[in-house]
Amino acid sequence: MATLHTRSAARLMMAPSVLLLLAWMVVPLAMTVYFSFLRYNLLMPGMEEWAGFDNYKYFLTDPAFFQAIFNTLAIVLGVLFITVLGGIGLALLLDQPMFGQGIVRILVIAPFLIMPTVAALVWKNMFMNPVNGLFAYLAKSVGLQPFDFLNNAPLMSIILIVAWQWLPFATLILLTALQSLDEEQKEAAQMDGAGAWSRFVYLTLPHLSRAITVVILIQTIFLLSVFAEILVTTNGGPGTQSTNLTFLVYAQALLQFDVGGASAGGIIAVILANIVAFFLMRMIGKTLEA
Amino acid sequence: MARTVSSQRKIVNTVLAWTIGVLIFFPILWTVLTSFKTEAEAIASPPSLLFFDWTFENYREVQVRSDYFKHFMNSVVISFGSTLLGLLIAIPAAWAMAFAPTPKTKDVLMWMLSTKMMPAVGVLVPMYLLFRNTGLLDTRIGLVMILTLINLPIIIWMLYTYFKEIPGEILEAARMDGASLAKEIVYVLTPMAVPGIASTLLLNIILAWNEAFWTLNLTASKAAPLTAFIASYSSPEGLFYAKLSAASTMAIAPILILGWFSQKQLVRGLTFGAVK
Amino acid sequence: MGSITLKNVSKVFGAHTVIPSIDLAIDNGEFVVFVGPSGCGKSTLLRLIAGLEDVSGGQIVIDGKDATDLPPAKRRLSMVFQSYALYPHMSVRSNIAFPLKMAGEDKSAIDRKVEDAARVLNLTDYLDRKPRQLSGGQRQRVAIGRAIVRQPAAFLFDEPLSNLDAALRVNMRLEISQLHQQLKTTMVYVTHDQVEAMTMADKIVVLNKGNVEQVGSPLELYRRPANLFVAGFIGSPRMNFITGEIARGYSAHTVGVRPEHIDLSTSTGAWRGTVGVAEHLGSDTFLHVAVDGVGTLTARVGGDFPVKHGDQVYLSPQEGRVQRFNEEGLAIR
Repeated sequence: MATLHTRSAARLMMAPSVLLLLAWMVVPLAMTVYFSFLRYNLLMPGMEEWAGFDNYKYFLTDPAFFQAIFNTLAIVLGVLFITVLGGIGLALLLDQPMFGQGIVRILVIAPFLIMPTVAALVWKNMFMNPVNGLFAYLAKSVGLQPFDFLNNAPLMSIILIVAWQWLPFATLILLTALQSLDEEQKEAAQMDGAGAWSRFVYLTLPHLSRAITVVILIQTIFLLSVFAEILVTTNGGPGTQSTNLTFLVYAQALLQFDVGGASAGGIIAVILANIVAFFLMRMIGKTLEA
Repeated sequence: MARTVSSQRKIVNTVLAWTIGVLIFFPILWTVLTSFKTEAEAIASPPSLLFFDWTFENYREVQVRSDYFKHFMNSVVISFGSTLLGLLIAIPAAWAMAFAPTPKTKDVLMWMLSTKMMPAVGVLVPMYLLFRNTGLLDTRIGLVMILTLINLPIIIWMLYTYFKEIPGEILEAARMDGASLAKEIVYVLTPMAVPGIASTLLLNIILAWNEAFWTLNLTASKAAPLTAFIASYSSPEGLFYAKLSAASTMAIAPILILGWFSQKQLVRGLTFGAVK
Repeated sequence: MGSITLKNVSKVFGAHTVIPSIDLAIDNGEFVVFVGPSGCGKSTLLRLIAGLEDVSGGQIVIDGKDATDLPPAKRRLSMVFQSYALYPHMSVRSNIAFPLKMAGEDKSAIDRKVEDAARVLNLTDYLDRKPRQLSGGQRQRVAIGRAIVRQPAAFLFDEPLSNLDAALRVNMRLEISQLHQQLKTTMVYVTHDQVEAMTMADKIVVLNKGNVEQVGSPLELYRRPANLFVAGFIGSPRMNFITGEIARGYSAHTVGVRPEHIDLSTSTGAWRGTVGVAEHLGSDTFLHVAVDGVGTLTARVGGDFPVKHGDQVYLSPQEGRVQRFNEEGLAIR
């Protein structure tokens, strides 16, 4: 397909993208690494000095760090649990014959299209507010005390909000995969005497396993860096009860102006993400072979 | 299915699906409805669903008091700007990888995708300092640049998959017909790739419009797009649910409509093609 | 005008040598067919001539000028692709006009030439349709029209009939041959179908694994194949090959005789055998005979010859029609 002419033109045409992304990858990251070895606070500029691994030490031994790691994992796993199981269920339901399937799809997709700040605020004020929220109203109308979601169960609340936003994504992906299941396979299974449950376990689930893996891996990448929802609802609180790693680094950088510490935290976040990315890239690589 | 499904089962499915659908959609519905209520109505107990005094005053007030339109325009400029800039850089690259691949092409593509997986937090500090020292903080152009960078991998990837679907022989025919490279791209490739380019455009506008990390941290008041503007409502200043709803409704409406038409593209773009 | 010469042309893809070295001369106005099994390099060779691939070594000379480094646009060649490669977003008229537009001709000249080409190919009624509204045969003609309109030095055809059904293929074969008579332009045609090669070519180039096995007119290849490969490739059904004692009797390592050059008798002949499968085509019957001590031979008889499965028959090769090959598979003349 390619000749000398097209090949040299091709190199030129790829250059801007490659150079830009290379610079984007290398330069800021290198700077973060550099800063992480400095004692550098924006409130006291000009007093930077070499700190070796001190920032890492402080960061990693800070109890807030462990809380943040725990919260990060909790958010990821919690949201994954809800969205994958919910997604499979919804996908199966939407795959059934019904009236107005197109409209139901539109309704189910909507949360994913809402910007995170709006989603979070809507939930915070209109549902979870213990005075004026809808949940409070529902509780009071059956004689229960309204539950202060964001103060008493901040992490769970965040998980709920984020899961609401990502459920459509999982559903859409799984539904697409479901609809690519060969009709003839299902018919062959029926001929072979398989009931609905057997068909689900032996045909549908294996077929979906790849899509499920993709959903898990891609969502994990994005869930590791949940930010806006936390900023807008709990601000990481009360205390650090709903602070995840991303928020912790943000707080340190832009609230405490601790550049050195925040940089160390950022590097740790990068390492964590790389581990997940490794597996995701392997998965995508296999697709490119196909 | 060769056998017709009983209409009884169809009805059950329909009821179940619609119920769940409405439940999931409810928060959005509620927001839109609340936007037409007075503030007092908005926090009234029991809350009213449809029967209240509908009013447009919230929409008016949001614009008058907080210059909503400016933030809306910021979102528009940033989304479209970063998307168009991204397309400009990505189309040649995607062409090169789709039609003149080398053994290394696949690796380069994977590497580009991997840049999207770097956590923003890892470079928050240097980017913030860089923007501050170069005066890019709180500017639209600064945001356009950074959003272009973070979405470039997805744009390239999506265009690549669409280009690959164009039969190479048609481009070869153009070459045999005497077209130079530029003419080949303009007269043959682009018209055939228009649906793919449109899909990519759509998806990227959605992603850029909803981006809520850099838009929150690198803007203050001048260049703040809607994401940041709405975030400023997080500290309550008296009764404001109805106005929040109005602001929110206006902020999400464009993307809701856009997104409803781009479901297929969403799947393709966000799963990097791993699910077809 | 329209002469193409290949000098020591080779093509390597990575570690894989597709074409080791080819020398070939194509004269102006000739209809040359590249034929050979899948993977023999015939399409690659065509694409090298077209300029869609770079040669790894050697020279391509078109009309006396070295074209080895020229891009396709500058070689003044036209190509008809296997999949027609029509521009789906353009009408038939625009498709045919495209090369002229690229050449910068003015509108009235373009319109005139497009109308002419459409008339020659019976496309005048379809000029404003889009490719997806046309049948396979019509698309084929549009592709040819697009090729004609440039008045190239030579036409290149890359298995153009492979995607058509059998009946249509026969018709298009005639149309292309007639086109050649009319335009008298050089045509280089690639196919794996030896019937197409035999019926259309002035000169056939038989390729195998990137090497030229033989170049010659159809009848030359039929009557005097240079080696076992060409002998077995040209002619359908395939030539019978016999080794062993019978071959030694002809002072050769292998002898070959075509099914149509074997006489059959139920009473007497050179070789005795039993009829296995009989394929009745109506005009002819092809018998697959298990010959004692030799194996299965195919023989052609008239459709009315009365034999059936299990019958005993005698086969005799016709005088002067036995081809002899030595140990290396080369023909002994």
